[in-house]
Amino acid sequence: MAEVTYKEAVNRALADALAADPDVFVFGEDIGAAGGVFKTTAGLQERFGRDRVLDTPISEQAILGLALGAATQGMRPVAELMFADFAGVAFDQIVNQLAKYRYMSNGQISVPVTIRLAQGIGGGFAAQHSQSVENWFLNVVGLKIVVPATPADAYGLLRAAIADEDPVLFFEHKGLLNDKGQLEDDPQPVEIGRAAVVRQGSDVTIVASQLMRARALEAAERLAAESISVEVIDPVTLVPMDIATIGAGLERTNNLVVVQESSAGGSWGATLIARLIGEYFDSFDSPPLLLAGDETPIPFAHQLEQAWPPSADRIVDAVRGLLGAAAPAAG
Amino acid sequence: MATDERLEILRKMHELRFFENECDRLFRQGQVKGPTHLYQGQEAVSVGVCAALRPGDTMTCTYRGHGATLAMGAPLDKTFGEIFGKAGGLCGGKGGSMHLTDAGVGALGSNAIVGAHLPIANGAAFAAMRRGTGAVHACFFGDGSTNIGTFHEALNLASLWKLPVLFICENNLYGEYSPRALTTPIERLADRGISYGMNSLRIDGNEVLTVKEIVEGAAERARSGEGPTLIEAMTYRHQGHSRTDPAPYRPDGELEEWLERDPILLLEGVLESDGVGADDLTRIREEAEKAVADARDTALAWPDPELDERFDHVWAS
Ligand SMILES: Cc1ncc(C[n+]2csc(CCOP(=O)(O)OP(=O)(O)O)c2C)c(N)n1
Ligand SMILES: [Mg+2]
Repeated sequence: MAEVTYKEAVNRALADALAADPDVFVFGEDIGAAGGVFKTTAGLQERFGRDRVLDTPISEQAILGLALGAATQGMRPVAELMFADFAGVAFDQIVNQLAKYRYMSNGQISVPVTIRLAQGIGGGFAAQHSQSVENWFLNVVGLKIVVPATPADAYGLLRAAIADEDPVLFFEHKGLLNDKGQLEDDPQPVEIGRAAVVRQGSDVTIVASQLMRARALEAAERLAAESISVEVIDPVTLVPMDIATIGAGLERTNNLVVVQESSAGGSWGATLIARLIGEYFDSFDSPPLLLAGDETPIPFAHQLEQAWPPSADRIVDAVRGLLGAAAPAAG
Repeated sequence: MATDERLEILRKMHELRFFENECDRLFRQGQVKGPTHLYQGQEAVSVGVCAALRPGDTMTCTYRGHGATLAMGAPLDKTFGEIFGKAGGLCGGKGGSMHLTDAGVGALGSNAIVGAHLPIANGAAFAAMRRGTGAVHACFFGDGSTNIGTFHEALNLASLWKLPVLFICENNLYGEYSPRALTTPIERLADRGISYGMNSLRIDGNEVLTVKEIVEGAAERARSGEGPTLIEAMTYRHQGHSRTDPAPYRPDGELEEWLERDPILLLEGVLESDGVGADDLTRIREEAEKAVADARDTALAWPDPELDERFDHVWAS
């Protein structure tokens, strides 16, 4: 067991995957000699050579198309898109090509591509470099979507993504890159599609990923002082969503708050709530709540940026309001 | 080139022609649904290119891809079956006319998004290069596709990394209903390769033997690590853009001029002047016609896919 940062965990997963399988290669803009804009690929080119860790032109469509084409021949490409916002530039390659290639060929061809995207608010990067964009892809069948929050999950899920036969969008959160956590000496892949109960509680279930997970845990800590017992579940994977684990949490607490960094419309939180209402209707004591980023592009100025996504304060207030409504007898 | 080999090339061109004639007929009769983009007139390009390839080479193409897929060696009946939406089609009826894949013969898929497969072609070529297989990839696309970003991104990267890929631009003078001059400020599309430092040629795409010879040279270069080639093959589609297009935008006499340079007639002319008898030419044509008719009947008799099959092959794991 050792303490590592999220960034180091990503780096180690890439190194271990490169060492384990000659078909793995890692490529993207400035990832080789320079070690990546976020330094997640530092040292990999020196260790594995220019044939396996490659710098590319600023050509997002060419990067993802090359990944797909190489995957049709059985290679295991790991493409970095730098800022996740740039996925818009290569949208077709992701949604019309990668997601459908296997289906259109009736299973003749699989495309085991991993795309790494750095997303998230907090760096003063403003509207075009700060978004959490996993929701853009929710409506596209054929893509697995992974959103790790801890170094151990980042390592284990990246190994699993690279080994997976399907295309996986692997979202790293820029605000978590320097967060520390424990990693086993011989870390193993973490199964894609499993949510994690990260805090036990009996009054309300909060579902939160990436940056929002820490805020949910902070809110839970503060609410505990008011004798409100909060369960926190990290979905970890958004597609396929582990409804069973989250639904079991709801059955225990009967109250649900979903906290997500992105805006509400067409989002994973909204989708999750719709499914839970359909499948666990009788378990709700109160209306499910979705706390989400504001309905504006992300502003630049520090105070405005800070105010944009849900805060621990907002989560605390929301839970108080929810339980007040749910348990009028207590008031 | 041996006469036998040239006769096989002629047979292939006839098969593509009869195949498209049949598709046209069945679509017009309403027996087959969906869009279809026919290839009559352009046969010399894909037949010539694919005749220059070797086993293990791979290919991608466009929605106008019945011809290239057959030229790679996809069976006539399964290709018909896919276009008819039959369970026995190449892709079990999930792809259709615009999405033909036969991985076994290296046909990695026809694409309905203009230009999207050029970066994908690079990937197949990259894998071949990395593994040292000596394989090349042939990527077919149209003149109109040279105006989309993927064309430029893909050519730049292919040239930079010296990928073993052949970019075959089938210049049939139109992108959908627009003649080249309406959309593109230069006349010679091969010139676009020059700014990427790429070996770039414009050739007569209706002379199948020329196409084959040029592509053999380009493939040899690519196999030996000298990088990609852009080949602009000048040709013409005898039909409109798709089933619904009677091509009213064509100037008078243009089609007639190109019909005189029909690639099948051109090859027959070469063979005749080399002493091949009319009997042999007729026999090849009739055999191809029969093969296509038999394949059509076989595929038409296949069952439709089971409804539950639509859920198959979304996920590999
Ligand atoms: C990205 C994209 N834009 C537009 C279309 C609609 N479209 C289909 S074919 C076509 C014309 C393409 O012309 P060209 O590349 O010359 O190929 P050809 O049809 O002549 O073989 C267009 C505009 C599309 N399928 N994809
Ligand atoms: Mg054209």
